[in-house]
Amino acid sequence: METRMLNVKINGRDYQVPDGTTILKAAREYAKIDVPTLCYLEGISEEGACAICVVEVKGARNLQRACVVKVSEGMEVWTNTSRVREARKLNVELLLANHPKDCFTCEKSQICDLRELASELGVREVEFPRTRTELLPLDNTSLSLVRDPNKCVLCRRCVNVCAKVQSVYAIDIMGRGSNSTVSTFLDEGLGNVECVNCGQCLLVCPTGAITERSEIPDVWKALGNPDKVVVVETAPAVRVAIGEEFGMPDGTQATGKMAAALRSLGFDKVFDTDFSADLTIMEEGFELIGRIKNGGVLPLITSCSPGWVKFAETFFPKVLDHVSTCKSPQQMFGTVTKTYWAEKMGIDPRKIVVVSVMPCTAKKFEKERPEMKTAFHYWQEKLGLKDEEAFKDVDCVLTTREAAQMIREAGIDFTNLPDEDFDKPLGESTGAAVIFGATGGVMEAALRTAYEVLTKKSLAKLDFEDVRGLEGIKTADVDIDGTTLKVAVANGLGNARVLMEQVQKGESPYHFIEIMCCPGGCLGGGGQPISDNPDIKQKRAEAIYREDAGKPIRKSHENPEIKDIYKDFLGEPNSEKAHHLLHTEYCDRSCK
Amino acid sequence: MIRNQLLVCAGGACITSGEKSVKDVLVDELKKNGIEDEVQVIETGCMGACDLGPIVVVYPEGTFYQKVTVKNAGLIVNEHLVKGRTVSELLYTEPTSERKAQTSGDIPFYTRQVKRVLRNCGSIDPLSIEEYIARDGYFALGKALEMTPDDIIQVLVDSGLRGRGGAGFPTGLKWKATREAKGSPKYVVCNGDEGDPGAFMDRSVLEGDPHSIIEAMAIAGYAIGAEQGYMYVRAEYPLAIERFEYAIGKAREYGFLGRDILSAGFNFDIEIRIGAGAFVCGEETALLRSIEGKRGMPSIKPPFPAQSGLWNKPTLINNVETYANIPQIITNGAEWFRSVGSAKSPGTKVFALAGMVQNTGLVEVPMGTTLRELVFDIGGGIPGGKKFKAAQTGGPSGGVITADYLDMPIDFDTVKEIGTIMGSGGLIVLDESSCMVDVAKFYLGFTVDESCGKCTPCREGTRQMYQMMERICDGKGHDGDIEKLTKLANVIRDTSLCGLGQSAPNPVLSTIRFYEDEYRAHIYEKKCPSHVCKHLLTYTVTSDKCVGCTACARQCPVHAITGEVKKIHLIDQSKCTKCGSCYEICRFGAIRKE
Amino acid sequence: MKSLEELKRIKEQTLKEMDLRQAKERGKVIIAMGTCGIAAGAKDTLMAIIEELEKADIHDVKVVQSGCMGLCDKEPTVEVSMKDQPAVIYGDVNDANARRIVREHVQGGNVVADLVIKRENI
Repeated sequence: METRMLNVKINGRDYQVPDGTTILKAAREYAKIDVPTLCYLEGISEEGACAICVVEVKGARNLQRACVVKVSEGMEVWTNTSRVREARKLNVELLLANHPKDCFTCEKSQICDLRELASELGVREVEFPRTRTELLPLDNTSLSLVRDPNKCVLCRRCVNVCAKVQSVYAIDIMGRGSNSTVSTFLDEGLGNVECVNCGQCLLVCPTGAITERSEIPDVWKALGNPDKVVVVETAPAVRVAIGEEFGMPDGTQATGKMAAALRSLGFDKVFDTDFSADLTIMEEGFELIGRIKNGGVLPLITSCSPGWVKFAETFFPKVLDHVSTCKSPQQMFGTVTKTYWAEKMGIDPRKIVVVSVMPCTAKKFEKERPEMKTAFHYWQEKLGLKDEEAFKDVDCVLTTREAAQMIREAGIDFTNLPDEDFDKPLGESTGAAVIFGATGGVMEAALRTAYEVLTKKSLAKLDFEDVRGLEGIKTADVDIDGTTLKVAVANGLGNARVLMEQVQKGESPYHFIEIMCCPGGCLGGGGQPISDNPDIKQKRAEAIYREDAGKPIRKSHENPEIKDIYKDFLGEPNSEKAHHLLHTEYCDRSCK
Repeated sequence: MIRNQLLVCAGGACITSGEKSVKDVLVDELKKNGIEDEVQVIETGCMGACDLGPIVVVYPEGTFYQKVTVKNAGLIVNEHLVKGRTVSELLYTEPTSERKAQTSGDIPFYTRQVKRVLRNCGSIDPLSIEEYIARDGYFALGKALEMTPDDIIQVLVDSGLRGRGGAGFPTGLKWKATREAKGSPKYVVCNGDEGDPGAFMDRSVLEGDPHSIIEAMAIAGYAIGAEQGYMYVRAEYPLAIERFEYAIGKAREYGFLGRDILSAGFNFDIEIRIGAGAFVCGEETALLRSIEGKRGMPSIKPPFPAQSGLWNKPTLINNVETYANIPQIITNGAEWFRSVGSAKSPGTKVFALAGMVQNTGLVEVPMGTTLRELVFDIGGGIPGGKKFKAAQTGGPSGGVITADYLDMPIDFDTVKEIGTIMGSGGLIVLDESSCMVDVAKFYLGFTVDESCGKCTPCREGTRQMYQMMERICDGKGHDGDIEKLTKLANVIRDTSLCGLGQSAPNPVLSTIRFYEDEYRAHIYEKKCPSHVCKHLLTYTVTSDKCVGCTACARQCPVHAITGEVKKIHLIDQSKCTKCGSCYEICRFGAIRKE
Repeated sequence: MKSLEELKRIKEQTLKEMDLRQAKERGKVIIAMGTCGIAAGAKDTLMAIIEELEKADIHDVKVVQSGCMGLCDKEPTVEVSMKDQPAVIYGDVNDANARRIVREHVQGGNVVADLVIKRENI
């Protein structure tokens, strides 16, 4: 059916917009007039809470909210009258009255929507005093995120993204009126509720009310300690986003500059999580093959994404046997560094500090999981270590933003650095590993390997287009020598929930499912640079697939260093040793 | 054989003033006299004259006994019922003529009223569906089921009935829009959230005549094409919930709810949803969220509930008083309804009369009745010989009607013109001792507490306004405050998300409009002309009246008063905390408050 | 409840029970219930009148009590005051007389002459 076009007058000029268009969209897209917003997030947060986007509509008694009011036939809209300007300005002033004015020291000061809004609207003084008498305590309970309710402007973007996009419902408004706050169940703190640490709330927060739990000081301390061997690993999605932090165009592949910058920061070895992504494919791919051949539990579901893993443990504890037992690439990397590499290099594993740079806040939680001390257990007997000497497989996790901050602090001219390579051997990777950073990437990488292992034939075309792209749920039938493998890919936990409900009911038609916690996969992770480009995920995804296409080796099982680690250390995929070091187990986190 | 019936008012106010024990005494005394089989005791809903409670009416005489206590309730049995002697001391004395009123028909508070909405309240047993039927109850439903839905809606449109919840939207149009809306199923909702401080007409109807609402909701269900109704009532109304629940049970038993009602093939049922008493849940979109089990927060209209309401389905939502009019309109027709009231606001309106007025309680009068009739004729005027100053209407969303407008007919439109609203019908009378700045501050404080916190202007703006009002009342106001208050108020009104926020500044704007001089006195002269705002008072000793008894000096908690016996005392203003205890204790009127 | 007829039946039946609360315009019967009256059996008289009115299906006449009328040796005394007619006071109204008064005066419109002790002047 053809959409009806409506006539609308905006600031005295005529436009035609499709029926159903909001005033905001009509103004921005058709009249090219920006109506400022604060609480609005297209498709996610459309509540009209902040009262900043108000416009005058002829015939309406009150100012109307452009973000939610739809254009009607013959509507006359005025976006820039003194009544409108005064209302917007005053509402911003009301928000600023209680907002801590610590912009000098606020992590978000450069990208704060509230600060920008105040500046755009020409707010030069706040004529209202603070009305909240007491400072609210920080929520420090989470291993990944810190919430400062004093900076919160109650826009509800975080609440909406948590509920509508992620279907986690960890946070909501508590209390009433000017005492209302964004809080968790019983105010217990993010660390004590169903929060999966994905950090999507942080990405959408217009102020500095939600930030990551910073590990920058710990990393500086390690780098400054001459007794330590500090190695860094970088996740696939970091390289296509970190350039944004330094003003490079969206979608820049900054792999070489990133390696150079990290080396310049003083890391002893600059490795690549892509190596362990290839390792993951070997382990997970063979787990899939094993389950298919031996009638194991299907569908098998990927386990790379720690936000997703906690989601499964919290909401779908009865079907955890579907989740691959493989550790995530980050954790495999930590274990391999402190066992295989330490042994190979003859370094005392206790001296090694593994720092990972991740597009993710949930990784900070993951590295603290008590079971993630495999390397310690590996060495305990050999070195006669006491229980209290236990060390983690991964010591510190930096988000992409934190890594960029350290590079800035060190005064490194990121954009003008000559490209450098990763260190060997844990810096060698394939195109299959790179695409882990985008939704569908793990699936595609696994298919490349599974196909060739199962058929013993070489794939003619490596690109599995059906599982690429940013749609929430993608499915494909893959023909493997006459057998059809049914696969599905979900990104964003709301989409994951759809697939998981099928699994829980025993109605899932798939053999293999990839689930990534964040929309777009890791490239849209909660640790990534905060961008105002609505197409940012697309840009980063394109960069990832370019990186893959440019790689000389694009299949995990062909990575020579992977072949070596199996030959020299692990034996074969899913061997007992591999199981011991590279696989893990899950726990029921539901309240029952 | 029953020879007498005692109707005992079991409305909220009478219960609070001891109705239950009074009833127990009556029953006991009847038994002692062995006449418990001849005299029936019936508890009714609210009779309206709340300051006269507990009320007992003896039929068939209709003798109206007021302020009955446990001590004197026995007289009604032993004197009136056994010996046939009217208990004169329990009769109401009409203050102007000092005549004893025998029946409610002798009390002006009652005679000037037109009882439509409240017609059964206080005269039938709310627990008896038969008594409701005897008063023509459920005949309107029967009639409606023989009409077409469109005809029913047309009757409502013709009647000109407007929503009694406050805004006065034409009810017929609302029904029409819901009937015409696409979507299924549809729902009928009754807003019994009555949140205005002081208003309790909806509670009284639910407690005193619950079946009238059930009948109306069933008619609404038939008219708009809904099979499910929800009664949303606040948890603070336990008696209303109890009686309404009981009434639903009876209505089901009698087949007025359930399947194939009156063999017309129409199915309808009602569930009660209990709210936690947030003021904002009286706002229809917030109320609907609350019924859904979500946080009661308003959303933008459109879409209106008629298009997308409960669970995004077309939903008809009216308040209790509106529904209470429906069965009678169906029975008696649109013309009958229009026979009282004003042209654009036909029918009656129930007011909760309170404040500085002799007779407080619920009164039902034709729309267009003047404030003078309400306050002086029905309300009996201002106690203590004080002067009338203003009436506050519409609760925290409204404003004031000043003495200049005493003769203005009150209806939806006239009150709006002078900057207040009808609201749900709270009418609080203020006398000359009321400080209008203080009154406005009180109402603003209410909305600050009751704001849901969703939108910036209401959440932050009302709080800022309240703090400014506090400052002004504390003597810390400064030049520009009135302008700043007005500016802020206008933006809050212009940009708040829902009716609560949009109307929150009304008490302030309305009092600034009519009593700016009082604001100015507070701000510039640091004086409260009505001597209400504590921080602006000065207590001084009048030298020619002080006898030096030392009572004030001994009473003063901060030792601010000095003086010897039989010498004039002096108050040290720097120490005085304005507590007023010297003023209270002085027997010679020597302490001046100004 | 399936029909309006059924509804009407309930209405009629309940109206009888609520009868005491209806406005009764046609007249009233006053029974003197002073100590003397009660001692002489005014309670029985009162109940007899109510019963008889009910039997005769009369619902527009009010039955009320009063204190002593002052004619103690004629107790129980009863005053019948019908609309637009002079009030009549009867004496020695025992159960049977009470029933006569209802039947003949209230229902029939004829004053029961042999029981009259006082008639109001027109």
